[in-house]
Amino acid sequence: MANSILQVENLVKHYGNVQAVRGVSFHVDEGEVFGLLGPNGAGKTSTVEMLEGLRTRDSGRISVCGLDPQENPGRLKHEIGAALQSTSLPDKIRVMEALRLFSSFYKRHRDPEELLKRFGLVEKRNTFYNQLSGGQKQRLALAMALVNDPQVLFFDEPTSGLDPQVRREIYDIVEELKREKKTIVMTTHYIEEAERLCDRVAIIDHGQVIALGSPRELKDRSGDKTRVQVRLTRPDSPDVLKNLEGVTECRELNGTYILQAQRPPQVIVSLVKHLEIQGNELLGLEILTPSLEDVFIELTGRRLRD
Amino acid sequence: MTNFVSLTRMRIQLALRNRMFIFFSVIMPMGFFFLYSGVFAQSVPYKVAYYLGPILSLTVMGSFWGLSAALVMFREQGILRRFHVTPVTPGDMLASSIVANYVLTLPTVAVELFFARTIFHVHNFGDWSSIILLMTVGTISFGSLGLVVASVTNTMQETQVINQLLWLPLIFLSGATFPLAFLPKTVQRVGLFLPATYLVNGLQQAVFHDRHPWQLLVESVSLGSWAVLTFFVSSQLFRWEPESKIPRKAKLWALATAIPFFFLGIWEIRKDDIIREAKVSFFEVEHPAMPQMPPSVAQPEKPSASDPGGKPSQPAAKP
Repeated sequence: MANSILQVENLVKHYGNVQAVRGVSFHVDEGEVFGLLGPNGAGKTSTVEMLEGLRTRDSGRISVCGLDPQENPGRLKHEIGAALQSTSLPDKIRVMEALRLFSSFYKRHRDPEELLKRFGLVEKRNTFYNQLSGGQKQRLALAMALVNDPQVLFFDEPTSGLDPQVRREIYDIVEELKREKKTIVMTTHYIEEAERLCDRVAIIDHGQVIALGSPRELKDRSGDKTRVQVRLTRPDSPDVLKNLEGVTECRELNGTYILQAQRPPQVIVSLVKHLEIQGNELLGLEILTPSLEDVFIELTGRRLRD
Repeated sequence: MTNFVSLTRMRIQLALRNRMFIFFSVIMPMGFFFLYSGVFAQSVPYKVAYYLGPILSLTVMGSFWGLSAALVMFREQGILRRFHVTPVTPGDMLASSIVANYVLTLPTVAVELFFARTIFHVHNFGDWSSIILLMTVGTISFGSLGLVVASVTNTMQETQVINQLLWLPLIFLSGATFPLAFLPKTVQRVGLFLPATYLVNGLQQAVFHDRHPWQLLVESVSLGSWAVLTFFVSSQLFRWEPESKIPRKAKLWALATAIPFFFLGIWEIRKDDIIREAKVSFFEVEHPAMPQMPPSVAQPEKPSASDPGGKPSQPAAKP
């Protein structure tokens, strides 16, 4: 990969007897938004923190901007920006003071005024950190990650614990950074987030990468997972519906029939014919294309948020 | 270097916005000042001068409360982690807290001396260079002690317990509360193993007996080297992450900070200089009319001991 700015090979990390990261490998290209998707405790944060130089690895190879985080932490820290998980700032620091303080640590800086404007914090410039709302704190965290105009950004669970509206604000910010061709490595356990923001996703479970590719590729891989969900005026039997043309499987859940379909149009035609003969009618119909969640369930046999 | 400067500035700003800091670093030392000057010294100028040693020592030693609490809080709340992803080094973090604390301690000391002069009419503060020297090494060393405490404890509760365990002997066995000469002989000897004793005695000799820095070599060198040692240990034990474990060697490192005063204590028990000096000063305060000291406590090698700056004669001029 000529233009990959970040490479990870066979990364391993133990905490006592617990193997948190077991041989993770991937690379990230310049200008790409790369997601690490997986349940809590899968090893995403450990991986990212080894890339940032916050943790030491047990084995494997890491190169970020051509630097090894363990050999060259000082130089690397000028090239990266990070919004960490479970971090904070002193209660009585003002927004603008925090931006100025952190930008004073770097050789290269970005105008703090511009960052305030861009992250919608102009009115909050003199507000103490402990008086900010959760969303404002998170926007400040993202703004602070940019103070040194970094080559690679790390966002660790940027939206966890935020309400849906604030989450969408954060998505807009990340999408704008994406348009600017910033390289971003982010972790998340929200499927929507990974699907919406990431160019490529590595699904991580039990410290291993179990699938890697663009959200589209991953979904295509999970073959016949399109579902047709129907509600009927009169009950029917799943066993009968299963025998319709194009249906591979059918089950009933609270009056809704879920048909697994390889080719949905064919299923709909045969379903409508069947209902006409029965004198039954459709109350509702939905076609669900596979999501990354389905991919995850297929790969691991459990839901992401279990 | 610039990181260190901007961190120091941040710490000073934050401290001035913190009510706890104002209470522990300004109001409490002032409380001690008025208690000692007004009650123990009964507002008598030369007695106030005698108690300035303990008063300044308490102000200086109090550093370790604030510094340990701030470092543990920064680590517990994940504030240190945020600095860890920047080019800031442990040295920047630690040195900035020592320097900020020093800058913040100076005004309190200045106000104490100002009140001593204006309210209690103390006109001779002894040797300024000695006061400044001892204050500096005292603030740095006790501040570093706080940073070591913060590094061998995991939570604020643990830190406060250790602080109490250190604070009580430091103030009660060193002459900072009860004059050393007033304590039983065994307790005096225990006191010789505590850095606080050398700080209290040094400051007292500087103010009350005009001792020059080179007459206070034991105090300034021991506290100065202790400052270097404790700061070094604090940098070895520094942890950015709240969940990172205290390494096993940490306890040994922390114990290493006790070594200099362990040996100095043994040496001083044999030499008996510190206790003798403390007795001389105490005797002078208790018997101001007597210009000569009893031969049993007289100390011929140190000329200034026999010439106590005329202070004991001051009460004669008093109305």
